[in-house]
Amino acid sequence: MSVPVVSFRSVVALVDRFPVLAGVDLHVEAGEVVLLTGANGAGKTSLLRAVAGLLPVAQGEATVLGHDLVADPRPVRRLVGFLGHGSALYGELTVDENVRFAVRAAAGDVARVPAALERLGLDGRLAAVPADRLSAGQRRRAALAVLLARDPALWLLDEPHASLDAGTRAELDAIVRDAAERGRTVLFSSHEGGRTHALATTAVAIEGGATASDDRYLFIPSGSLDVPVGGPTHVA
Amino acid sequence: MWRDLLLVASKDLRIEWRSKVGTGQIAPFALTVLLLFAFALDPDRGVLVRAASGLFWVTVLLSTVLAVQRSFAIESTDGARDGLRLSGLDPGAIFLGKAIAIVIQLLVLEVVLAIGVVVLYDAALGGALMLLLTCAFATIGIAACGTLYGVLAAGVRARETLLPLLFLPVVAPVMLAAARASEAALAGSAADGWPWVRLLAVFATIYAAVGTVAFGPLLEDG
Repeated sequence: MSVPVVSFRSVVALVDRFPVLAGVDLHVEAGEVVLLTGANGAGKTSLLRAVAGLLPVAQGEATVLGHDLVADPRPVRRLVGFLGHGSALYGELTVDENVRFAVRAAAGDVARVPAALERLGLDGRLAAVPADRLSAGQRRRAALAVLLARDPALWLLDEPHASLDAGTRAELDAIVRDAAERGRTVLFSSHEGGRTHALATTAVAIEGGATASDDRYLFIPSGSLDVPVGGPTHVA
Repeated sequence: MWRDLLLVASKDLRIEWRSKVGTGQIAPFALTVLLLFAFALDPDRGVLVRAASGLFWVTVLLSTVLAVQRSFAIESTDGARDGLRLSGLDPGAIFLGKAIAIVIQLLVLEVVLAIGVVVLYDAALGGALMLLLTCAFATIGIAACGTLYGVLAAGVRARETLLPLLFLPVVAPVMLAAARASEAALAGSAADGWPWVRLLAVFATIYAAVGTVAFGPLLEDG
C-alpha cells in the first residue's frame, strides 16, 4: 500500500486559542485532485495552511508526504506549493526575478522558468515588469507561474480561480490536469461550482463552525467519491 | 546555507536599490538628525566636537530602526512572509542574509554620516584602522540585533512602535562601546580604544550567533 500524500486523523489547529480545525480526518493519495468546498469561514483555508505546514497542528496525527507535521512542519514546506490569497511577490522585483527567486529558494530548476512564464502569458515584456505594477489577475498568474516552475509534489490552491479572466481560468484547469497526470497531487478550495467539480477527482465538503461539537470532518476514503458536475458529495 | 544566505541578501539589496528608500528617506533622515544636533549644540562648538562620536552612533542607531523596519515591511505585504516560510530557505541563512543586507546599507550610510560629521561638527578623522574596525564590528552587532528584533516585532500589530522599544535598550552597550572606541581613534589614543573594539567584536559574534539560532522560531511565531 502506498504512503498517502496527506493523512490527517482528528487534527485540531488553533489560531489565538480558537479551534479553526476541530478534528479533521483527511486521506489523499498521489495523483488525486481534491476539491474542498464549504461556506466562508468553514475552515478550507485553515486546512490548506495546516497541510502546508504553516498552521501548527495542536492535536491529532498529521503526515504530509511522509513527514510528521506535529513533530516538525518545516521539512514539508519545500515539497509543497501553496497559492494563498496573497501572491507572495516582491513589488520591486520583476515577474521574472520573483519567479526565479522562488524557484532558487526551493532548490528548483530555473530552466523551467521561461516555459512557466510563457504558459501563463507572462513572457516577453511582462516578464520585465515590476510586480507592483501588475493587475490583480496578473499577480495571480505570476504566483501560478511560481508553482508551475517549481512543480512541487503537492499543490495547495486556495481559491485559485479568483481574479483570473476566462482564458486564464481555462489554462489553470489545464495546468491542474497536467500536474495530476504527472503524478502531482492537488488540493484546492473553490466556490466556483461546476467548473471545479468537473476538475476534481474527489470532493470534501467542509461546513459549519469547526467549534460546534456535532460538526465533524469525516474520513473520506481515496477515490470513494465520484463527483459529478453540479455539486460535490456532501459529507457531514 | 551560503547559497540561501546570498540569495536573501541579494534579493533584499536589489529591492532596496530599486525602491530608493535608503537614499531617498533613510539617508536624508540621518543627515537631518546630525543637523539638529548641530543646531542644538552650536553655541558651544567644543561640546559638539567632543560629542561627535556619540552623536554619530546615536544617529546610526535611529537610522537602523528605519532600515530594519523596511527590511521586514517587504516581507509583510501580499503574503510574502508565508512565501518566505514556505520557501524552504534555511532560517539561519534568512537571518544572516537580511542582516548582511542591512550591514551593507548601514556601512554606506556611515560613510555619508562621517562626511556630515566632518562638515557640520568640524571633527577631524583619524585612527583609520581603529575607526574601520569599530564601524565594522559595531555595524554587524547592530544589524544582527536589529534583524533579530525586527522579525520579533514584525509579527505583532504595533510593530512600528514596538521595534525601537525592544531594540534600542538591548543595543545600548554596542553604542557605548562604539562611541568610546571612536573617541579613542579620533583622539589618537589607540591603547584606550582597542579594549572597546574587542568588546564590539564579542557583541557582534554573540548577536550573530544568537540570531542565527533564534530567527527560525521567531519567524514561526510571527
